[in-house]
Amino acid sequence: MDINAIPALESMFRFQWEEAQQAHVLLYPEGMVKLNGPAGEILSFVDGQRTVAGIIALLNAKYPDAGGVDEDVMAFMLDAQEQRWICQVLS
Amino acid sequence: MSGGACQGLPASLPKTHGQPLWLLAELTYKCPLQCPYCSNPKDFAGFNDNELSTDEWVRVFEEGRKLGAVQLGFSGGEPLVRQDLDILIREARQMGYYTNLITSGVGLNERKVESFRDAGLDHIQVSFQASDETVNNMLAGSAKAFQQKLKMAREVKAQGYPMVLNFVTHRHNIDQIDRIIELCIELEADYVELATCQYYGWAFENRQQLMPTRAQLERAERITNEYRVKLAAQGHPIKLIFVTPDYYEERPKACMNGWGQVFLTVTPDGQALPCHSARMLPIEFPNVRNMSLQKIWDESPGFNHFRGDDWMQEPCRSCDEKDKDFGGCHCQAYMLTGDATNADPVCSKSEHHDLILEARAEAELPATEPLLFRNERNSRVFYKG
Repeated sequence: MDINAIPALESMFRFQWEEAQQAHVLLYPEGMVKLNGPAGEILSFVDGQRTVAGIIALLNAKYPDAGGVDEDVMAFMLDAQEQRWICQVLS
Repeated sequence: MSGGACQGLPASLPKTHGQPLWLLAELTYKCPLQCPYCSNPKDFAGFNDNELSTDEWVRVFEEGRKLGAVQLGFSGGEPLVRQDLDILIREARQMGYYTNLITSGVGLNERKVESFRDAGLDHIQVSFQASDETVNNMLAGSAKAFQQKLKMAREVKAQGYPMVLNFVTHRHNIDQIDRIIELCIELEADYVELATCQYYGWAFENRQQLMPTRAQLERAERITNEYRVKLAAQGHPIKLIFVTPDYYEERPKACMNGWGQVFLTVTPDGQALPCHSARMLPIEFPNVRNMSLQKIWDESPGFNHFRGDDWMQEPCRSCDEKDKDFGGCHCQAYMLTGDATNADPVCSKSEHHDLILEARAEAELPATEPLLFRNERNSRVFYKG
């Protein structure tokens, strides 16, 4: 996955905010992954249309004091792909 | 809550506990199949006329969601028997549950798979009895079951659902584990549960007829591991989950990840249980018809019964592993020793461990009795109501 790739959630998973957990979660057959804050935030921008670059730009705009989230987002994308949470939309 | 000790309850209520993340709705005990390892109570026939209504189930789902439940399993019996299943799916999905249909596939058709998807069903688990048609149908007590299951498993995938295939394994099918895995690959399962039979309910009655030998089990586990390596090397996404039977362990399983910690079952007639076998225990469990789920989960004596470790006897009480397995399975302790507060006899520290050793020895011998099938007629023998 590179900066111009378009990530999408794998069909196995559902992503939602869980009030009781105070966290974003990924739901799958008979299971749940509780996501930490940054992971939940990044995944909430994954919609099968935005590129990785687009998501990075949105997050940098939202958190101007973070000093650039580029590397963190890319690392997360690779990890999420490895875990089969997301895949790459073929353009 | 005060005065608990007067009622023979632990005095330190309420005890710490988690949220019921998993809500299992056993919608009905009715089932067209007769699997001799069914985990339903042996006396289910006595509860068949008192099923919760649609509205009652919807209220239970709402109350569960407020308590933090997020996974909802529609189970049974065969949940497809309920004519209001699509309504229940729709309501639950709108509340934000991840909805799981746990079915034999018998009673399913193309149209239902589609209407459930429209209602928001997230996942379908289809159970098989064997990879071989004759064995499958013999165990299910139905001549048409196997072909129907194949057809429905293909339909589930064709309509885009994640699919789990579940095989309960035992001495009659475990030697075909390679063919079972091949079938699951062919059917494009996402997850495969190779669940070695656990001896509760009907399975306990049929234990000698079902329990595999240690050699059978080790072979099945080895073959499963070989497949895992091979499939991973191919980058195949299928996941094989091998559930080992505790009868061949020396330490008990941490049953339900702790009593009343993450799991809540509601039976067809509204009884709330910390585990789907617990109905057999000599404990009074609350009914959702006359108590809210919140009160049931947080305050009821039934759900607090085995929370914490005040209830433990030796060897559990002083055991340095008690926080790992919580004394094991209380139903197993009750079935085998008559006292649910005993250590699970699976544990080699239990003074009753010889009962497990005897069962293992029995597994080496040919079965002496025919299988007892799970059906209304046989169930009435157990019902003393």
